[in-house]
Parts: sequence; structure tokens; C-alpha cells
Amino acid sequence: MSEDLPLLRVFSLSKSYGSRIGCADVTFDLWPGEVLAVVGESGSGKTTLLNCLSTRLMPTSGAASYRMRDGAFRELYRMSEAERRFLMRTDWGFVHQNPADGLRMAVSAGANVGERLMAIGDRHYGRIRATAIDWLGRVEIGEDRIDDEPRAFSGGMRQRLQIARNLVTGPRLVFMDEPTGGLDVSVQARLLDLLRGLVADLGLAAIVVTHDLAVARLLSQRMMVMKDGRVIETGLTDRVLDDPREPYTQLLVSSILQV
Amino acid sequence: MPTPLVVSEVAKSFTMHLRDGVRLAVVEDVSFALKSGECAVLGGPSGAGKSSILKMLYGNYATDAGQIIVDHGGRLLDLATASPREVLAVRRDTIGYVSQFLRTVPRVAAVDVVAEPLVARGAEKAAARERAAALLSRLNLPERLWGLPPATFSGGEQQRVNIARGFITAHPILLLDEPTASLDARNREVVIAMIAEKKAQGVALLGIFHDADVREAVADRIVDVTAFAPRARAA
Repeated sequence: MSEDLPLLRVFSLSKSYGSRIGCADVTFDLWPGEVLAVVGESGSGKTTLLNCLSTRLMPTSGAASYRMRDGAFRELYRMSEAERRFLMRTDWGFVHQNPADGLRMAVSAGANVGERLMAIGDRHYGRIRATAIDWLGRVEIGEDRIDDEPRAFSGGMRQRLQIARNLVTGPRLVFMDEPTGGLDVSVQARLLDLLRGLVADLGLAAIVVTHDLAVARLLSQRMMVMKDGRVIETGLTDRVLDDPREPYTQLLVSSILQV
Repeated sequence: MPTPLVVSEVAKSFTMHLRDGVRLAVVEDVSFALKSGECAVLGGPSGAGKSSILKMLYGNYATDAGQIIVDHGGRLLDLATASPREVLAVRRDTIGYVSQFLRTVPRVAAVDVVAEPLVARGAEKAAARERAAALLSRLNLPERLWGLPPATFSGGEQQRVNIARGFITAHPILLLDEPTASLDARNREVVIAMIAEKKAQGVALLGIFHDADVREAVADRIVDVTAFAPRARAA
């Protein structure tokens, strides 16, 4: 029954920096288990939108409400700072393009994962460690690396660790900002496959910002194309990519390199 | 027999904004219905818009006009105006599709590619894999390939993975875009038999088959797509 209600409702969200538009008049609903890709070139406003949605940034106008675990919708921008932080730590995840922004580089991999559990009140060391090992395994990091610092990890491993850190608390919504950006192609493929599997198995909803249409095709069911801060086209991902309607979307799609 | 799919007055054109906004009309006034237990075949030369029609019926192409009414679990839904969420639900439960080419996903094994639509409908993973293995075996895909991602398979092998994936579920409507194009005679026979079984189960099938032998073997009737040629172009 709750499946018939959106998880997140966004209405006419705008963010401007003085006279410059970050994003303007963005409206959409996101349902549980749905992956929405937000695509566009740099400067299109997609990252500003993601930061507003995840409440890391306050919008200039508009509204967004989120359905809490108790079923009640809460207005995101009317919550207290403490409530928002709690949401961020428990029900949400945020995967940064640069793992260093989402990880604590000077503490062990195990602690990076365990920290999120402690933040929601788990105090049992053995259980935290066991959960951390389980999650490292799910993102294909060997148990023998649990005491290593992420500084000693490759880029792909760091990104997988960041994903484990985000998913360990069982979030319902994950924000991702160019999750495969800056990785080698083979590493990208592995990460995408991993993300696809995790999102499907856990029934996660996700909003993925990417400039890479192949990433959008692989991960998302639905897509929004942004240009100059506005959503110019939206629809099923394969529809937008195979039958793009807007001039700018046609340009984006026709610019994909074929291999 | 029930009629789970009714297409009326559907039109499709492409506006190529990168080519000075040239408008390419593909089809107009597409109207036909599909009955349960029959296999209708879209006929007409290359470029007549057969694939475009299939893609509109699957929600992969947008429609400019008209209605595509589908019986979605007892509820009538117009695919031409349905929301993305509704289209996804129709794809999961009502309309299956075998595309011309398999879109491969890195690192996913052939057997899991085939099992995925069943798993998406809530089947247990192990049972879905067993069904997938049975289909791949019936389509003579060597067992040593089942555990490998299909990216490196030959065209015919990928096609068989694609067919198995499309046939594994019990969707009441099945769209087939040249499923036998790159198959040898033996495997074409298998696909013909599989189509006959779907018909016997009451599935409504709509396909494109360039191979005349296959077309003759499976088609209950031909829907002539040249009848839907845009008037402007014909003039």
C-alpha cells in the first residue's frame, strides 16, 4: 500500500546565487525502489539540484517532502538541522564523486563502515565488526583489508568502501554524484555492476547525477535532462535515449562515442 | 478470444533538431488489434516503420498521436500517454519484448540475464535460474557459456540469450523484433516451436520476421505496414 506513495515529492524547487540560476522550477516524484538519473553537462544545475535535495544546500524557493519510515510526509526544508542530520545518517546515503569527500581517510576501512552504525546507536563492538566485514565483502573488499586505511586503497576500492559506508545503515534513499567519475573504464564497469545489484537487491531509491549517458542507461529507469538549471526533458531512460525529443537531448545523445 | 492490445490511429515522426528541424514522418493512422492466441506479423519493406511500431508498443518510442490500449491485469491503460512508472509495470507484467540486439550489461552471466525478468516478477532466484538454464539448453547454447557475460558471444549466441530472456516469463503479450535473424536452421525450428507453444498458451504475439520460411510457419495473419505510410510522404 505504501508502494503506491512516492518516497520524495519535489515541487518547483529553485536555487539561485544572486542573479545566477543554479536550478529552477524542478518538480518530480520519486517512488520507492526507483532510480532516477539526472543528466546534463557541467553547469547544467544537476549538482546544485542534488545538493538541495539532500539538504546540503537550502533552496531559494520551492518545497520537497520526504515520506519518513512512520509513513508521514515531512517538509525537508522545515526540519531542524538535527533532524536533517539524523535523516542523513540513517535513512539516506550520499555517494560523492571523490571518495575522499565521503570517507575518513585516516581511520581504518572497518571503522569507516562501523562509524555509521555507531552513529545510529549500535555499541556492540563484535557485532559492528561482523557487520563491517559483511559489508566489505558485499562491495568485494577482502576481510584482510579491514584494518587498512582508505589512503592505501585504489580509487575503485575507495569508491566501493564509500558505498559500503553509505549502505550499512539500510538507507531507503541514496544520492550519488558522478559515482563512477574519475575511475578507469574497467573499474567503472565493476562498480556499476555492483551498484546495479545492490540497488535491486535492497530495493533502494536513488538519484544519480551523471554526465555519462551510459551510466544513466545502466543504472536508472527514469531520467531528467537538465540544461541551464531547468529540466528540459524527462521520461523513461530508454525512451529519452532512443527517442530524444528536445534539441539539446538529441545533441547529447548524438555526441556519445560509439565503440 | 480476448483482445489484449488495440492500436488506433497512432502516428510517429522524428524531428531532427540537429538537421535544421527536418521532420521525418514514419507512420500514420496505425490501427489494428491483437488477439490472444494469435501471432500477427508486421509486413512491409525495410524502412516502412515496422520496428518503430513495435518500439511504440513497448514504450521505447514516444507516440505523436493515437492510442495504444493494453489490458494490464484487467485494467485498460493507454500506453501512448502512460507515465514512466505505468510503462515499467506493463513491461514487468504484461508486455514482453525480444529486441533485435541484446544490450549487454558488463559482468552479468548469460543465465542471470535470462532469469532477470522472472526475478523481477518475484520468482525465487534459484528457480528462475533453473528455468533459464532449461531454455538456454533448448536453444542449444553450449553450457560452458551460461556462466559468462554475453558481451563476447557471437551474434547468434547473443540472439538466443535474448530470445530465452523474452520467452521465460508468461507475459500475455509478446513482441518479437526479428528474433530469428541470426540463427541457423536448427535454432530457427526451436524458436518456431516456442512461438507455437506461446500461442497455445493464449499469448498474443506480434512480430517482425524477414525470413519468409519462419513467417509462413508462425503467422496467423499479416498486418501490412505500407497501409500506414504517411500521406505527405506518399504524395
